Amino acid sequence: MRPLTEEETRVMFEKIAKYEKIMKLAANISGDKLVSLGTCFGKFTKTHKFRLHVTALDYLAPYAKYKVWIKPGAEQSFLYGNHVLKSGLGRITENTSQYQGVVVYSMADIPLGFGVAAKSTQDCRKVDPMAIVVFHQADIGEYVRHEETLT
Amino acid sequence: MGRKLDPTKEKRGPGRKARKQKGAETELVRFLPAVSDENSKRLSSRARKRAAKRRLGSVEAPKTNKSPEAKPLPGKLPKGAVQTAGKKGPQSLFNAPRGKKRPAPGSDEEEEEEDSEEDGMVNHGDLWGSEDDADTVDDYGADSNSEDEEEGEALLPIERAARKQKAREAAAGIQWSEEETEDEEEEKEVTPESGPPKVEEADGGLQINVDEEPFVLPPAGEMEQDAQAPDLQRVHKRIQDIVGILRDFGAQREEGRSRSEYLNRLKKDLAIYYSYGDFLLGKLMDLFPLSELVEFLEANEVPRPVTLRTNTLKTRRRDLAQALINRGVNLDPLGKWSKTGLVVYDSSVPIGATPEYLAGHYMLQGASSMLPVMALAPQEHERILDMCCAPGGKTSYMAQLMKNTGVILANDANAERLKSVVGNLHRLGVTNTIISHYDGRQFPKVVGGFDRVLLDAPCSGTGVISKDPAVKTNKDEKDILRCAHLQKELLLSAIDSVNATSKTGGYLVYCTCSITLQLCFFLRSLSSPHIQVEENEWVVDYALKKRNVRLVPTGLDFGQEGFTRFRERRFHPSLRSTRRFYPHTHNMDGFFIAKFKKFSNSIPQSQTGNSETATPTNVDLPQVIPKSENSSQPAKKAKGAAKTKQQLQKQQHPKKASFQKLNGISKGADSELSTVPSVTKTQASSSFQDSSQPAGKAEGIREPKVTGKLKQRSPKLQSSKKVAFLRQNAPPKGTDTQTPAVLSPSKTQATLKPKDHHQPLGRAKGVEKQQLPEQPFEKAAFQKQNDTPKGPQPPTVSPIRSSRPPPAKRKKSQSRGNSQLLLS
Repeated sequence: MRPLTEEETRVMFEKIAKYEKIMKLAANISGDKLVSLGTCFGKFTKTHKFRLHVTALDYLAPYAKYKVWIKPGAEQSFLYGNHVLKSGLGRITENTSQYQGVVVYSMADIPLGFGVAAKSTQDCRKVDPMAIVVFHQADIGEYVRHEETLT
Repeated sequence: MGRKLDPTKEKRGPGRKARKQKGAETELVRFLPAVSDENSKRLSSRARKRAAKRRLGSVEAPKTNKSPEAKPLPGKLPKGAVQTAGKKGPQSLFNAPRGKKRPAPGSDEEEEEEDSEEDGMVNHGDLWGSEDDADTVDDYGADSNSEDEEEGEALLPIERAARKQKAREAAAGIQWSEEETEDEEEEKEVTPESGPPKVEEADGGLQINVDEEPFVLPPAGEMEQDAQAPDLQRVHKRIQDIVGILRDFGAQREEGRSRSEYLNRLKKDLAIYYSYGDFLLGKLMDLFPLSELVEFLEANEVPRPVTLRTNTLKTRRRDLAQALINRGVNLDPLGKWSKTGLVVYDSSVPIGATPEYLAGHYMLQGASSMLPVMALAPQEHERILDMCCAPGGKTSYMAQLMKNTGVILANDANAERLKSVVGNLHRLGVTNTIISHYDGRQFPKVVGGFDRVLLDAPCSGTGVISKDPAVKTNKDEKDILRCAHLQKELLLSAIDSVNATSKTGGYLVYCTCSITLQLCFFLRSLSSPHIQVEENEWVVDYALKKRNVRLVPTGLDFGQEGFTRFRERRFHPSLRSTRRFYPHTHNMDGFFIAKFKKFSNSIPQSQTGNSETATPTNVDLPQVIPKSENSSQPAKKAKGAAKTKQQLQKQQHPKKASFQKLNGISKGADSELSTVPSVTKTQASSSFQDSSQPAGKAEGIREPKVTGKLKQRSPKLQSSKKVAFLRQNAPPKGTDTQTPAVLSPSKTQATLKPKDHHQPLGRAKGVEKQQLPEQPFEKAAFQKQNDTPKGPQPPTVSPIRSSRPPPAKRKKSQSRGNSQLLLS
């Protein structure tokens, strides 16, 4: 939904390269029987956009340049797929620009998912408590909510 | 025949005698000071004298009692102690308060030890001064109590109550014996008489056996009634009664009723009470002794505690426990045997939806599901196959043990459940896994050659009784057999998928959540598993016969050993290294785990035989293989055998050539020393040749040159045939790793070979005999045997050899015997 940054692209391909050995073994398995190999980062849509899945979180989180921490109370809401309001915002990386891809963390530094900053850091300070500051894109609650579609 | 005079031995048990007969010790106590002194506190000298007097009270009447007591207890109430038998005289005087007079005459009275008045006081003093004695004294039984009652002494209310209780006990005991002898057809509920109820009042729940009327097996008519309107309370009580009776059947049985009637009744009652089908309950009754059976059924009604496994790829158990406790979860480490397990007692948040869970820090997994992975012990950089992986708990555990290295192929035949596997593996951050959707039986064909394989065989769902109680009733023989058949097929496929020559592996763990031998049930989670004995051990036994595998210890130091025999079946003795876990003993879902080591990639042929003459020996091989394994001979042997077999089958032509070569070598090397090294060196090449000799009978290529020699050799190779046939039957695999194994043992016997050479050289069959030492050590041993018998014996030898058990034994004995002959 958002284009991968250079860094993310590099990271993604690095990880994929590690799967080479596994891929060779998986070649033995016929296509219709192969369910999953390695970790699915995301899928390409019909219009060739790449949709990132939450399953890529483990890999991308350590490299995230822009992070958002949300308060414990807002955790559950985010895990249900809701956007993050200003009232739930704990911390945000300095000089985050608007519509920047961010990784959402809990206060205990557990990565919770991906998002897009709805407001830049400066704007976040000014805006009222009920305004959305982070758009929800993917969260780990989907492991339970969307098990079927995880791939 | 007499009563035991050991006062310290307490009678226990539900039987009459434990209650009624107090044994000779009760009488002895009166006479022997030592007995009561043990029980009582340390007494002052006067107290001791008092006690002695009490004991002798019945014999010596009031005199012996109490004058010493009077002194210390002047001011006490003039109520007498119940004390001891036969203090009749003084008791009457208790009523008179004599306290005032006490102190003065006390000193005199001590020595007098008489005086009714004093007796009264003394009795009272006895009561206060040594109330502990009173306890022991009270135990004497109803006699004294009844006597006391007759006396009508003034007792404290508590003492009166105690005496009444004793009286009731005695009465009940007497009544109980009367009831037992009656041949009543009453319902159990009609508890007759005052005896039992009295006792019930007095004792509460203590003497449960007393208040029961002797359990009477209801006549057939009543059984039908129960079917219509079962009263669970009654049924439950009846179950307990029958179990109690069966435990002590000789004493408690009702005359005229056989044990099987009781058992049938029990089976029906259990079926009613716990809602089991007849078939399954019958299986369980075969499996467990009665006391355990009830425990097991009870345990199945209750789910096992929730357990979880820390995902060490993302966190540590300590940190996870801390985080969960902060959320309000009450948990504990699982046990010494697990470094990653936690058991959850209760939780204020849903344990399957915490952020830690979603972040993949832990996985909900049954405790017994962790065991097969621990038994398998996957190492890093290995290739593992998990044949029935859903929902992925074991797969992820293996991945975390391997630290995400190597490759795991996680397979499951059920597409729906595979989704959960994908989800779980992604969530837990497992990256080294391929997930596939095959029927497990297709396996070695799709891809094989794994270092280790885990087979958690599917069951018919009977393992999830607590989740799906319908399973209790809808499983029958057919379901179980169908399941067993599937499990056998899966197990064979799994065995074939293991690479026996793997450097670090070659292991297979077969596990089921079934406790039945017959049925291996898939353990899903908090469920009461099945424990069908017949199928677990049966399936494993089948595998041992059909493939070149053997059982090895699982590495789990707890759990019950598997069965080596069950009713009419007999299983392989190595089945003792399998493990069973039960819900009522280990508080985890029932489980069965067996760990195999594959020692050869060859598949033993079924007993159609590869060659005509070799058929008898071929037949020997399948049995010989397990025997050789069991006889603790090194796996090398089998490997060597298998290897040579493989070589045999593959290399017919080269064998011929090398055969000739061998002959040349052996001919040229009459000297012992030279033959030895040449022998050992050529062993590798010749081994298969030699082994092929018996097999060569079938192979037409060698026939012209070989047959003659073969025939001559066949007697020599009598016991070695077994090895030869082992090799013969192994499908070609031929890795050189095995030959060294073969060589090394042979070298030990190489020293003997030169000696053998002498003698064979001297004989007409020199060439062939020289080749004998080239054969693996077994053959060398037999060579010695063969040297002596030689020609005339071949016809006799082979038929003898065809019988399986004797050859195994003869092999060793003959070799030793012969070697002695030759060497001496």
